Amino acid sequence: MYSIVKRRQLAESIVLLEVQAPAVAKKAKPGEFVIVRQKEDSERIPLTIMDFNPEKGTITIVIQEVGYSSALITRMQEGDAFLDFVGPLGQPTEIEKYGTVLCVGGGVGIAPVHPIARGLKEAGNKVISILGARSKDLLILEEEMRAVSDEVVITTDDGSYGIKGFVTHGIQAVLDRGEKVDAIWAIGPIVMMKSVANFTKPLGIKTIVSMNPIMVDGTGMCGACRLDVGGETKFACVDGPEFDGHKVNFDLAMKRAAFFRNEEALVYNNFKCQCAKEGK
Amino acid sequence: MASKAPRHEMPCQDAVARAKNFNEVALGYPQEIAVEEAKRCIQCKKPKCVEGCPVGVEIPQFIKQIAEGNFLEAAQVIKRKNSLPAICGRVCPQETQCEAQCILGVKGEPVAIGRLERFAADYEMAHGTTKFTKPAPTGKKVAIIGAGPAGLTCAAELAREGHAVTVFEALHVAGGVLMYGIPEFRLPKAIVQKEINSLKDMGVEILVNQVVGKVTSVHELLENGYDAVFIGTGAGLPYFMNIPGENLNGVYSANEFLTRSNLMKAYNFPQYATPIKVGEQVAVLGGGNVAMDAARTALRLGAKDVYIVYRRSMKEMPARVEEVHHAQEEGIQFKILTNPIRINGDENGNVKSMTCLKYELGEPDASGRRRPIPIEGSEFDLPVQTVVVAIGQGPNPLVTTTTEGLALKKSGNILVDEKTLATSIPGVYAGGDIVTGAATVILAMGAGKTAAASINEYLKTK
Ligand SMILES: Cc1cc2nc3c(=O)[nH]c(=O)nc-3n(C[C@H](O)[C@H](O)[C@H](O)COP(=O)(O)OP(=O)(O)OC[C@H]3O[C@@H](n4cnc5c(N)ncnc54)[C@H](O)[C@@H]3O)c2cc1C
Ligand code: FES
Repeated sequence: MYSIVKRRQLAESIVLLEVQAPAVAKKAKPGEFVIVRQKEDSERIPLTIMDFNPEKGTITIVIQEVGYSSALITRMQEGDAFLDFVGPLGQPTEIEKYGTVLCVGGGVGIAPVHPIARGLKEAGNKVISILGARSKDLLILEEEMRAVSDEVVITTDDGSYGIKGFVTHGIQAVLDRGEKVDAIWAIGPIVMMKSVANFTKPLGIKTIVSMNPIMVDGTGMCGACRLDVGGETKFACVDGPEFDGHKVNFDLAMKRAAFFRNEEALVYNNFKCQCAKEGK
Repeated sequence: MASKAPRHEMPCQDAVARAKNFNEVALGYPQEIAVEEAKRCIQCKKPKCVEGCPVGVEIPQFIKQIAEGNFLEAAQVIKRKNSLPAICGRVCPQETQCEAQCILGVKGEPVAIGRLERFAADYEMAHGTTKFTKPAPTGKKVAIIGAGPAGLTCAAELAREGHAVTVFEALHVAGGVLMYGIPEFRLPKAIVQKEINSLKDMGVEILVNQVVGKVTSVHELLENGYDAVFIGTGAGLPYFMNIPGENLNGVYSANEFLTRSNLMKAYNFPQYATPIKVGEQVAVLGGGNVAMDAARTALRLGAKDVYIVYRRSMKEMPARVEEVHHAQEEGIQFKILTNPIRINGDENGNVKSMTCLKYELGEPDASGRRRPIPIEGSEFDLPVQTVVVAIGQGPNPLVTTTTEGLALKKSGNILVDEKTLATSIPGVYAGGDIVTGAATVILAMGAGKTAAASINEYLKTK
């Protein structure tokens, strides 16, 4: 069950996994996510869907090593299997014809933007994708994004590729040349989504972000994933993960994401020591 | 001749020692005590206790078997009516059900029916060899949504009739609240899994990781060859107080707190990767079983001071008497007639205290309990770093909102015919907490049984 049929290293510490999960693949839509548990003692962790193939019965996810659980998953090989793989979860993206849309992805956040861009393109939108990374070698899925976009704008923090700067500079560049933008999807680190939302709010451009808070069940049962959206408490796993970026309280989301930082560091360090000992 | 001995105490782990471990607190009667306790039963001709049992277990009959030393037979008598006795013997609120009706309770103490039920069930688990003989298949298929006590009981009853039963469970293990909510020290998970394994032996297929409403739906199940569907999805939506500060770090719903500890085994962190964090001072809001479980879990996770903060008085607490008693023995501090109005955080967004009001009891309200009224000027700050909100759960809308034509109550619970548990959709039945709101294991099981009988009748017409 849930075995990996394809593994691709996209960048240092970022891996793409195509996983056999026919029932999930049959139902998956852009914007939804899965929850995976690698083995008996692992956490349940949410991962946004990068691609789905109902004919092949597979779901593709992209994961970056940021801690213990993700480190274990990025080390999985073709033929390895997840113990649990649940989905599709969350509300799908509201795909319709808006006109011109920007699909903004930062870092590993480019992965979940991919099916959204494709969906929006299929619905007849003009899709301009803005992909940001720290540097050229960390930029992922450029080719895949070009295939589903009318245009791709690249930004890198260090200027090693495309515009030097952040994704907001990319948005600025598109607006500066007179493009009329009807809606924006922005997915990436919380700070990035916050700055995109802050940037577009005074311009009045509809901006959707996809939140990835700490989760446990992913079905609305625990409330671990709660967010403040426009002064109301929302559960990201069932009410989201996409929300109006102009209403999300990003500062609270950032604090909540850090709640288990010490515990996460502890298991990650244990793991790294163990790997060093075993010479991996 | 019935013995005049007083009710026998349940042997328990020492209160100081157990507050530091997750092993089961109540150890169970040894054989000779069980026999002695069983001899207290006067074998009433018209047993009231049976009327107090939501599933009508033949109580005097099974107790008689224990008194005569026929322990396996005792278990079999119970199992005629109750398919999960090792669980019910541990978690049923006997004091308001069977034991409340016991004649001996009028002048003295009732027979310890729950403890005897547990004894017989545990004995059978350890020594039993009863094999289930599969009935002839009927060729009918039934889908059960949710593997809590309601769903599992319904599945067992239908399998007994020869129907092919498939259970769809959202989480990665079956058991519902028995696995994710009720802690190990009160209901060992190995016992729940043994009961579930015996269902599998009966031929029940259990599919985990299946969130109905997402990966499939009620109507799809009906279209894909299932002749009937039972919905037993429980009360899985946690309520919050809606007071300021509730999204601070350190505020958990009881569901999150208990799921981390029980289902994800965070009490074994870092062997298990899921973390849980408790401060030195912990406040648990609420007065039910869920609150007691959360408080006692917090203590075992290393908290120094654990407060139950409850708006009414000890008398109104809905928790099982035994749990309140155990909590007190372990040193849980009860702050009754107290309710929070605000949770206060530090500059990093972590909880540092809770501002509360004191209450007094006024006239009885709609529930018949005296209404708590805030005392003016009684505001005070309780220093805590963790707050667990255990004030109740509502119906999870994942199934109900994705099932066209399913009639709901105002509360969002499923509307059913009270006798048959049929919903507004032909062939679809529902029971347990998703119908009643958060209730008890035995009521959920009773509903599973009733629904199974109705489904059985319905399938004869198909
Ligand atoms: C902490 C705690 C302590 C308790 N203590 C006691 C006690 O001591 N005594 C007592 O009698 N009662 C107690 N209760 C109450 C009792 O556990 C419940 O009343 C009982 O479990 C309800 O059974 P159920 O089958 O209706 O639902 P649940 O046990 O809630 O099971 C529902 C199942 O359905 C699954 N599900 C939900 N949605 C979906 C979906 N969309 N698709 C697939 N599956 C789904 C859930 O994951 C779950 O496994 C306690 C409850 C809690 C939370
Ligand atoms: S993850 Fe538990 S409610 Fe969202």
